[in-house]
Amino acid sequence: MTSASDAPDRGFRLSQLIYDTRYRSLTIQVITLIVVMGAAGWLVDNTIQNLRVLGKDFNFGFLDNRAGYDIAQYLIPYTNDDTHARAMLVGLLNTIWVSLLGCATATVIGIFVGVLRLSKNWLVARLMTVYVETFRNVPVLLWILVAMAVLTEITPAPNAYKVNPATGEASASMILDSIAFTNRYTAIPSVSFERSLGVIDTALAPVSLNVLAIVLVLAGAIWVNRRLLAHASAVQDATGARPVTWWKSLLILLGPLALLLAALGFQLHGPTLKGFNFTGGTNVSNAFVALWAGLSLYTGAFIAEIVRAGILAISKGQTEAAFALGLRPGKTMRLVILPQALRVIVPPLISQFLNLTKNSSLAIAVGYMDLRGTLGGITLNQTGRELEAILLMMLIYLAISLVISGVMNLYNHKVRLKER
Amino acid sequence: MKKSVFFGTLVAAGLTAGFASATTLEDVKARGVLNCGVNTGLVGFAAPDANGNWSGFDVALCKAVAAAVLGDPSKVKYVPTTGQTRFTALTSGEVDMLARNSTWTFSRDTDLKMDFAGVNYYDGQGFMVRKDSGITSAKELDGASVCIQTGTTTEMNLADYFKSNNMTYQPIAVDSNAEGEQQYLAGACDAYTTDASGLAATRAAYADPENHIILPEIISKEPLGPAVRHGDSQWGDIVRWTLFALIAAEEYGVTSANIDELAKGTENPEINRLLGVEGDLGPMTGLEKDWAVKAIKAGGNYGEIFAATIGESTPIGLARGLNAQWTQGGLMYAPPFR
Ligand SMILES: N[C@@H](CCC(=O)N[C@@H](CS)C(=O)NCC(=O)O)C(=O)O
Repeated sequence: MTSASDAPDRGFRLSQLIYDTRYRSLTIQVITLIVVMGAAGWLVDNTIQNLRVLGKDFNFGFLDNRAGYDIAQYLIPYTNDDTHARAMLVGLLNTIWVSLLGCATATVIGIFVGVLRLSKNWLVARLMTVYVETFRNVPVLLWILVAMAVLTEITPAPNAYKVNPATGEASASMILDSIAFTNRYTAIPSVSFERSLGVIDTALAPVSLNVLAIVLVLAGAIWVNRRLLAHASAVQDATGARPVTWWKSLLILLGPLALLLAALGFQLHGPTLKGFNFTGGTNVSNAFVALWAGLSLYTGAFIAEIVRAGILAISKGQTEAAFALGLRPGKTMRLVILPQALRVIVPPLISQFLNLTKNSSLAIAVGYMDLRGTLGGITLNQTGRELEAILLMMLIYLAISLVISGVMNLYNHKVRLKER
Repeated sequence: MKKSVFFGTLVAAGLTAGFASATTLEDVKARGVLNCGVNTGLVGFAAPDANGNWSGFDVALCKAVAAAVLGDPSKVKYVPTTGQTRFTALTSGEVDMLARNSTWTFSRDTDLKMDFAGVNYYDGQGFMVRKDSGITSAKELDGASVCIQTGTTTEMNLADYFKSNNMTYQPIAVDSNAEGEQQYLAGACDAYTTDASGLAATRAAYADPENHIILPEIISKEPLGPAVRHGDSQWGDIVRWTLFALIAAEEYGVTSANIDELAKGTENPEINRLLGVEGDLGPMTGLEKDWAVKAIKAGGNYGEIFAATIGESTPIGLARGLNAQWTQGGLMYAPPFR
């Protein structure tokens, strides 16, 4: 007697690769692999071929050559005698700087707007809706250009601050004698010290020991303050009454700092108009402010929605329970809702930070010299190393993005629901 | 197995790539259109009118080449390129030639893998400032904000000039002439710098040209000329000799008015060879016998083009200066047509 399972063994046939579900997925995977590798191979080969036809090679030696061009905004010392590699670094730091500030302000804006959009106040909630909808539905490039246009159109040229000998007056005057808005930059005071503790010359940039000392003192003060607060909480837990700490905190945070600044001879230098431009202070370029504002406002609108979604995801029972305990709405939000909402908020927030960082390459539109402007712009163009420059730029953006998501994932891990 | 598939694909791709490369001349003839890289809009050199028809000094060269190669000066597709995109557009094959205020330099000719086919305008870099600023010399620009197009030679010259004169400046990087103009007019920079011809052309387009002056200092040599891809000498020859044909035509008095008459034959053997009445110059480089006649008819000889687009009777008002014929004390000099 034969059973159904004893099918005659007819061996393996080729058609089984397609019709037999045991093999089909394997077949598809192998074919996909071949196609993908073929495409990659073709791309690489095509590139090599075309480079050969043009007589170009592939090397990064150009990074060691003299750059020969000037960059308007730099965070580390730079002159046109430096190398292309240093110019790239200047651009990279500009990218990082505007991205960091942008992410910070976008987050503040986002939380603020996201919370207010849920407000019971009709007008406030509607205003926030209008903000969110206008900013996230218009391309960020336009916002950057709008910010730039506003900054250049409503402010006077630097020479408007010059005193006209005929009338004895200038057509524009500085705010508090120390801040001047112009159509090129905002001139603000810069700080300096009468006494210097010395300077460490690192390859990247000279580090002033004064600044280092200030940072150390500040960090120390914050640590001591935390101990104070922890002590206050312990007392509160033990006795039920919280000792008054605010004046102690203030003293701890500001006292040593003020002493140090006085000892170092801290000074503010107001900018003064000399010749064509303001000198003596710090000139914050309009290009930077426009880019920063455009990126922050645009990304802030997205973050607001993420925050709102996060808050709405927390069950209403939590609010009601907090109210029942006698917490006021503000404290309920700060102590009960937001900490829980963070779990929902953080993962999409990471994407927004990544977006903002990548969008910062739109800097070129307002002439802010970021990585795209130096390495991917002038260097690429003056050396003709398109492939090398673009590949390097892609790698750097990739690295920045990976670092951001790495750091944010650590944070996400921290605020995650602790299951015990 | 993985590896062999990979290399198999590589070899196959290599073979097809080998077949695909035809010469630029064949490409242009097969396409029936010349792709000519021009600038994004500089009145007098290359700018489209309201109907999208391009005209100007550089455009005239595109037309002459199209006429020489395809027999029709209108068979040109103009590809606007900025200072940053122009060389990539050329080397990647997006355009067949560049006629775009581009300076002939050593590294562009060698490292950037282009070939300059000649010089159609000898220029130098200058500065433009507002008259009411009271500045009369570039030496007074210490501390100024200067608008500068990125990706140009002028960007590097500017850095060199200020450094060698111990002056500082604030570079305001702009991407195109239009953006530079706008920034300069908005007062974002005290001075605008680029090729002096470009400054003259830019100023001519202002509502109040009399309120802007071009400073006397010329801080660099900017021989501007058409460029082609490195490695296709036949195509390079065609562009080079089309330019020379226009220059020679002016020298020998061949104009768009008398060319039909002269093309029937003259006493001057050089003119006869140029116009294809005698000899076989055109076919030597893959063109028709009367290639030069068509090229010259497209917009006239070099002098006629100059006068019509940027010369003293136009709003741009450039004098011939260095760009006069060598017989008139200038540098325009075409080698013999023989
Ligand atoms: N000759 C310089 C500068 C060339 C250049 O950018 N010229 C300007 C004006 S003189 C131009 O063509 N601008 C038009 C545009 O931006 O498209 C070079 O080759 O680097």
